[in-house]
Amino acid sequence: MSGSVKHYIAWRCAQELQSGVVNLGIGIPTLVADYLPKGLVTLHSENGILGVGPEPDPNEFVVDPESIELVNASGVQPITALPHASYFDSSLSFTIMRGGHLDATVIGALQVSETGDLASWAVPGKDVLGVGGAMDLVIGAKRVIAAMSHLSPKGEPKILPECTYPLTAKNRVDTIVTEYAVFKFREGRMYLVEMVDEISLEQLKEMTPASYEVAEDLKVVKRESIGDPVLV
Amino acid sequence: MMSATLDQIQTGVQFLSADEAVKKIPKAASIMVGGFGFPGMPRHLSRALVEQTDIDELTLIMNSLGSVSTLNALFEQNRIKKVIGSFFSTNKDLVKAYREGKVEIELLPQGTLTEAIRLGGAGIPAFFTPTAAGTDLAKGKETRVINGREHVLEHSLTADVAIIRAHKADKAGNLVYRKTAQNFNPAMATAAKLTIVEVDEIVEIGELNPDEIMTPFIFVDIVVKREEV
Repeated sequence: MSGSVKHYIAWRCAQELQSGVVNLGIGIPTLVADYLPKGLVTLHSENGILGVGPEPDPNEFVVDPESIELVNASGVQPITALPHASYFDSSLSFTIMRGGHLDATVIGALQVSETGDLASWAVPGKDVLGVGGAMDLVIGAKRVIAAMSHLSPKGEPKILPECTYPLTAKNRVDTIVTEYAVFKFREGRMYLVEMVDEISLEQLKEMTPASYEVAEDLKVVKRESIGDPVLV
Repeated sequence: MMSATLDQIQTGVQFLSADEAVKKIPKAASIMVGGFGFPGMPRHLSRALVEQTDIDELTLIMNSLGSVSTLNALFEQNRIKKVIGSFFSTNKDLVKAYREGKVEIELLPQGTLTEAIRLGGAGIPAFFTPTAAGTDLAKGKETRVINGREHVLEHSLTADVAIIRAHKADKAGNLVYRKTAQNFNPAMATAAKLTIVEVDEIVEIGELNPDEIMTPFIFVDIVVKREEV
């Protein structure tokens, strides 16, 4: 996936997030921060901060494992804190997440099913030695936005009738954003609500084995450059 | 009413060196280790555990092990029996020991891990959580539908020892943490029979504002001041 595709997906996710408190997962979701409206969205990180600010200037900041105290959920990447930030322990951090207090999360996905199941943490046949906070995040957030490439690096579909990879959670995805389309789940059904004009509905269907309906108000957009798609 | 002057106050909290402190850890102990990535990781106590003791058959309870950890030598030396936590994929020594069948790994969602520790310290033995319902991590676990939603029964965690890190202790053993270095440390302090904390600074009783103390001394047994290395 090219850098510009990732940034387009991130930008498009940010359009879904105009206010509130949001947790961004690792990968494409991390890029969403660059496109959020300043001050209107507050970022939470599960290692214990509400009010994540930008990364410090790497030229002025040396990471010393012995003394560093402020990082993101990678555990090693330094960040800054915004003026309204607060710090807390893991128990309170997951009270925020599992307890339903986050307005939204943007999370990377390996597969999403037509019923909103998410697979994001394990691949069959490989050792599964890490899950992190993804399951708690997805079970609790009011909205779960899956940010993903439409196809796997091998060209396989990722939006499926049923997930074939181990699940992160069942029926929790609210919105899927890919480089080609946006799908939303409404009352248990999956709707295509937006697509780019460079492919046809039939081509999209070929890449998307999940069953979905085309929303009456489907938007067709031009994916010209990040931050500037034009309605056609 | 009882009153006490500063020089009369004794809480029983010991102030030892890292080497002295880790020698209190028994063989085959279960050990909670604080930290989330670099912040809050008790690096001095970890190094002392590796270098100054030869105890083995250990169970570690910790969120994660990064690619580089002060605890890695424990896997090379076959001193770990089991690891309980949420993210171990990136630690090559642990992954190798796991593949060779030398270490058992129990994976828990991070929020389940922290709540299991919190409730372990609070005297509540088990709890139902919606996290992981319908996933592989719920396999073999009791489930129950509560308020129309499936929940998984998880057991709380306690340990023989917690090695944790804080920013400051006072001479009573009260602790304060800084920034994202809190993470699992306050909960772990409550959930172990023996809690050993390493701190950057030790101050006189009265210098910490009681409103700001995050772990009261009742949860602390041994305080170790980090020395320059």
